[in-house]
Amino acid sequence: MLRLYIAGNSASSRRAEQNLDQLRKQMKRGEWKIEVIDVLLRPDLAEKAGILATPTLSYDLSPRPRRIIGDLSDTRRVLEFLGIEPNGEIA
Amino acid sequence: MNAVDVDTSEVLERVQTGVKAFDELVMGGLPRARTTIVGGTPGSGKTVFATQFLAHGITMYGETGVLVTFEEPPRDIEANMRGFGWDLPRWRREGKLAFVDASPPANDEMVVGDFDLSGLLSRILHSVKTVGARRVVLDSLTQLFDHFIGDPKILRRELFHISNALKQAGLTVLMTAERNSEYGEITRHRLEEFVADNVVILRNVLHREKRRRTIEVLKMRGSHHAEGEAPFTLLANQGVVAIPLSSLRLEQQSSMVRVTSGNRAIDDMCGGGFFRDSVTLVSGATGTGKTLLVTNFLAGGVAAGEKAILFGYEESRGQLFRNASGWGVDFARMEEEGKLRVICLYPEAQGLPDHLLTIQALVDEFQPSRIAVDSLSALERIAPDTGFREFLISLTSFIKKREIAGLCTATSKSLVGGQSASEQHISTLTDSIILLRYIQEQDTMHRGLMVLKMRGSEHAKEIRRFTIDGAGMHLGEPFRHAPSVFSGNDGDYTR
Repeated sequence: MLRLYIAGNSASSRRAEQNLDQLRKQMKRGEWKIEVIDVLLRPDLAEKAGILATPTLSYDLSPRPRRIIGDLSDTRRVLEFLGIEPNGEIA
Repeated sequence: MNAVDVDTSEVLERVQTGVKAFDELVMGGLPRARTTIVGGTPGSGKTVFATQFLAHGITMYGETGVLVTFEEPPRDIEANMRGFGWDLPRWRREGKLAFVDASPPANDEMVVGDFDLSGLLSRILHSVKTVGARRVVLDSLTQLFDHFIGDPKILRRELFHISNALKQAGLTVLMTAERNSEYGEITRHRLEEFVADNVVILRNVLHREKRRRTIEVLKMRGSHHAEGEAPFTLLANQGVVAIPLSSLRLEQQSSMVRVTSGNRAIDDMCGGGFFRDSVTLVSGATGTGKTLLVTNFLAGGVAAGEKAILFGYEESRGQLFRNASGWGVDFARMEEEGKLRVICLYPEAQGLPDHLLTIQALVDEFQPSRIAVDSLSALERIAPDTGFREFLISLTSFIKKREIAGLCTATSKSLVGGQSASEQHISTLTDSIILLRYIQEQDTMHRGLMVLKMRGSEHAKEIRRFTIDGAGMHLGEPFRHAPSVFSGNDGDYTR
């Protein structure tokens, strides 16, 4: 389960959504559930999660919670960081 | 819009910090809807000052606040601030204070590509809305900057954006920032350049083995402020207490009411006694009778139905009481009757700013009509020059503001003639100066007294002989062939 925190229509947020969508399409088993949270509409959820920067991709259910800040433009590094094989397997 | 409207719009509304002397430095408070950066080295009191800004807003001015913390989690801040008497958890429960916890998260984090700080901004604005805040503190920006140290350009842009957004929401913002050294670049990463309308510096300098804390207003966009460093201290149950300086001078009123010096002959020399709200300096070498004049001054006040307080920094209570009884004055009885308080402290027991606060607190508690300090020279010993001058300015201002009569002593270093350093400092600050000198006349040594200065009044110009016995001080005839009381050189005044 991934959560993507974005800020309305900002350019970097839109790019992050696009990049994440692209990533998902590349996956052979593209079954990720992705929840998108707009911090401008839900500041309470941002507070709860302690979000400072947007976009932030949060991967909370792994043994070590991880976060990627930024527009996810480097997909290879994103996958590496999340510990996900390019075929969609979770390492 | 006519000209009058323009004028009023240019006057920035002030938001009081409640640190009285600081508000005076910045002409009433921090400008409303502006940002102020408070820079300081670690341990300089930034977080205390910033939290106090919110605490006073809640307790004194009915303004709620938001505290954004980038360093310590809210729990730790609540615990740390309890010692200053601020009940943050209660204010939080009552909806007067909200935290935005932006302390470093426990999880792994990586930055890939461009980002902004909308998450932070929307959380701050959300908390502001929840409690209806008018004051916001960000503590500390340096921590936030270091969190995203790989992207300084983005951070600069985002901090500028946040700062503007908070101002536009009408919030008065105080941001802290770290400094690397006490006298170097203003803040690390030069944060002040792109976020702050105003810059305040807190310093904590080690000088002659004493910590000296000061606060300085470096910049106030579009408004005036007092220049220079003002000393402050951190007190339990109060927080930052700044020491007022020159800003007090204009407020003092002048009284023409005379009070007795405790010695009729000296009253006559002064043209009828000291003024009620004046400060008199008694200067003389050791053994010339300064403490006797102090004793007379206190006893004279008590005899006239006034209350008097003595701060002794040279002798113990026992010694002072014994001296007094040797001159026929019973300090113990006066204390029992609640007419007198004698406080003896080692000068080294605390720093000068704390001495000043001790004096102020006891005077406000006891409400005396006269105060004596014996001696300033002992206090001068423990402080750097600038610190001592500030202390004197503050002390004399305080005494006058309370409209009480003050008598301070200073010890001159040479036995015959000579000026002490404290005389040089204090002579312009005190209203009257009485010199006590040893004066050699052929083969014998005499004591002489003269009134050197008496602001706003005529006074006797001669040097009077005096003797001391079991009944106190007795003034005699003037010297007719006196050597110079200033230089100690023999001079013949008869020619």
